[in-house]
Amino acid sequence: MNDVSQSLSDYEQAARQQETRRNWLLCTPALVVLVLAASGPLLVMLFYSFLKSGNYGGVIYEFSLDGWFNVILVRDIFDDVLRFADAHLSVFWRSIKLSAMTTITCVIIGFPTAYFIATRPRRSRNFWLFLITIPFWTNLLIRTFAILELIRNNGVINNLLMDLWLIDEPIQIMYTDTAIMIGMTYVYLPLMILPLYASMEKLDFQLVEAAYDLYATRIRVLRRVIIPLIKPGIVAGSILVFIPSLGAFVTPRVLGGGKNLMLGNLIQLQFDQGQNWPLGAALSITLLAIVMVTLLVYVRYSQRSGGQDG
Amino acid sequence: MADPVAISVNQVSKKFGHGKDAFFALEQVSVDIRENEFFTLLGPSGCGKTTLLRLIAGFEHPTTGHIQLRGEEISHLPPFKRPVNTVFQNYALFPHLTVAENIGFGLEMQDKPAAEIDSTVAEMLQLVQMESLRDRRTDQISGGQQQRVALARALAPHPRVLLLDEPLSALDYKLRKGMQIELKRMQLETGITFIFVTHDQEEALTMSDRIAVMNKGRILQIGSPTDIYDRPSHRFVADFIGDTNFLDGELIEANSEGAVVRLSSGKTVKTGPTDAAANTPVSITVRPEQAVLIEDLDAADLQGTVTNVMYSGTDSHFHIELTSKEEFVAKVQNAGPARRDWQTGQTVGIKFHSHVLQVVSD
Ligand SMILES: Nc1ncnc2c1ncn2[C@@H]1O[C@H](COP(=O)(O)OP(=O)(O)OP(=O)(O)O)[C@@H](O)[C@H]1O
Ligand SMILES: [Mg+2]
Repeated sequence: MNDVSQSLSDYEQAARQQETRRNWLLCTPALVVLVLAASGPLLVMLFYSFLKSGNYGGVIYEFSLDGWFNVILVRDIFDDVLRFADAHLSVFWRSIKLSAMTTITCVIIGFPTAYFIATRPRRSRNFWLFLITIPFWTNLLIRTFAILELIRNNGVINNLLMDLWLIDEPIQIMYTDTAIMIGMTYVYLPLMILPLYASMEKLDFQLVEAAYDLYATRIRVLRRVIIPLIKPGIVAGSILVFIPSLGAFVTPRVLGGGKNLMLGNLIQLQFDQGQNWPLGAALSITLLAIVMVTLLVYVRYSQRSGGQDG
Repeated sequence: MADPVAISVNQVSKKFGHGKDAFFALEQVSVDIRENEFFTLLGPSGCGKTTLLRLIAGFEHPTTGHIQLRGEEISHLPPFKRPVNTVFQNYALFPHLTVAENIGFGLEMQDKPAAEIDSTVAEMLQLVQMESLRDRRTDQISGGQQQRVALARALAPHPRVLLLDEPLSALDYKLRKGMQIELKRMQLETGITFIFVTHDQEEALTMSDRIAVMNKGRILQIGSPTDIYDRPSHRFVADFIGDTNFLDGELIEANSEGAVVRLSSGKTVKTGPTDAAANTPVSITVRPEQAVLIEDLDAADLQGTVTNVMYSGTDSHFHIELTSKEEFVAKVQNAGPARRDWQTGQTVGIKFHSHVLQVVSD
C-alpha cells in the first residue's frame, strides 16, 4: 500500500518535472527573440557608451568615459573649462515637459472618447474602435505630414480662420512646442483610448447609478467612482503615451523644425551629423533610465493611492 | 386613519425602443404608497417591477404620467435630487471603498460634517451588526454581509423612501428567512417607507403591509396580503399566489354585498362582490384548503370522483374529477377534525362556505 503511493508520488514528480522542462522548451523561441532583439542591442549600446569616439563616426575600441561626461558636461574648445551642457539639459527638460503635456492632453481627449464608445450599444462599439485604429494603417511620417498640412501658416486651419475673418494673420503654430505637442497627441491618442476603453468596458455601470442614487452629482460620480475604478486604464494609457513621446523623433523633427529638439533628435544627431557615437549611446541609456524611473514612480504612486481618492 | 401618501404614481407608462421595436414595460400604472408602509411589488419576471422602481429612483423617466413624493412632482428630478435610496439586486457596492466608506458615501455626498458621518456610520454598522468588519474591502465579505452593507448604505442618509429590488434573491434559504425578519425589524425601527420588489409570493405575503400584483406592465390588484390571497380580483392573481382551483359558472346577480353564481352542477353559490354583468359566464376561484369534502351528495355544491390522493405530512391532497370533467384539488389538514379517509375511485361531494368563493376576471 505504502509502496504503491510512494511510487505514485515518484511518478507524479517525474511527470511534473517533465512538464516544467517542456514549458521551458516552449518558451525558448520567445526567450531567443527577447535576448536578441531587446537585450542584445541594449548591451551593444552600453558597450559603445564606454568607448572613444571615432573621428568620422564609428568608435575606437578604447575605454573612455567621455560619452557619459558629455551627456551633461561640455569642454569649452577654447579654454578647456568644463561647463554644464545647457543645450542637452534643455532638451531633456523639453522632452519631459512635452511628453507630460501630450499625456495629459491625451487623457483629456481620450477619456470622453473612450466613455462614449463604452456606452454605445455592444454591436456598434466595434465600429467605433475600428475608426480609432484606422490611423495605424498609415505610415507615421505621412500622418505627421498630414498634421503639418493642417497647422502650417498656409494650412487648412489658418486659411479657414482667415476666410472666416476671425484672424488677420496666420497663427504661427509650426516650429513651436505646441506643434510638436499637437502632432504627438494625434499620433499617440489611440494608445490612450484603447486601454481606457478596455477598463471602462469592464466598469459596472450600476455602480455609477448607485452613486447617483446616493446624492453624488455627475462631477462627483466621475471623481469618486469612475476615475478610481478605471485607474488601471489611465495608468496603462499614460505609460503607453508617455514613453514613446519621450523618445519620439519623427514628429518633433517635422513639426518642430530644426530648433525645437527632443531627446530622440539629439540622439539621432550624435549618430548622424554629430558623429559622436559614445555620446549617442550614453544619451540613449539615459533616456531609458528616465523611462524606468518614471515608471517606478508611477507604479508606486498608483499602488499607494489605489482605493483612496479624495 | 391611514398615513399620508409618500409616493404617488399616477397613470405612468414607460416605453422602451422606437418604431416597430417599441415596447411598453409599464402601461397606465397608478399606485399610492403611504408613509411607513412596507409595500411590495410582486409579479413574474419581466412584468416591469424593476422598471417601476427605476422610475421612482430617477434612473429612468416616465414616457407619460406623473410621480409625486409627498405631493411634489419629482418625475423630472435626477436621482441625486430625490430623497429616495435604492438597494440594488446585486448590491452594487463600491469595490474601491471599505465597508464603512460605502455606508458613509451618501452622507459624504450630502456634505454632512465628518463627525455626523462617523456617528451615523457607527449607528448603521450596529443596526446591521457589521461593526467588526468596518474596514474590510467589500469584495472580502460574504454575500449576506454585502447585503447588509448595501442596506446600511441606503439607509444611512435616512431617505424618505427605500427601494429594494429583490434584495434577498441571491441569498440561500436560511439566510433569506433571517433577513426577512431583519428587514421588517429595520423598517419598523426606522419608520422609512419600504418599496420592496420580489417574485416570491410567500415572501410578499409574510412581509408586506400591502402588495401590488403586476403582470405584463400593469398592476392588477393592490391590497393587503389577506385581500390578495382571499379575494383575488384576477385569474392571474389567484393563480400566481398560492394554489387554487378555477370553476366555470354563470353570474345570476351581483350587488355591492356579493354575488350569486350558478355552477356547472346547476347548484347556485354565493360569492364575494364582482363587477361582472349578470347572465354572463364567469370564473370563480377557491383555494384547495377552503373546500370541505362530504358524503352527502345532495347537500354538496359539486360532486366528483377521487382520482389521486397525495399525502404531504401536514396535509392530504385529494385530486377530484368533477362531473363536468373539470379538475379540482382539495386539501385537508391531517391533524384537523375533517374526514380524510377518501379512496381513489370514490364519489365525494364538495361543499363551500359562501365567503371563500371569489369571481375573478381574466
Ligand atoms: N432599457 C431597456 N430597454 C428595453 N427594454 C427594457 C429595458 N429595461 C427593461 N426592459 C424590458 O421591460 C420589461 C420589464 O423589465 P423589468 O426589468 O422591469 O422586469 P422585472 O419585473 O424587474 O423582471 P425580473 O423579475 O426578471 O427582474 C422586460 O420585458 C424588459 O425586457
Ligand atoms: Mg427586476
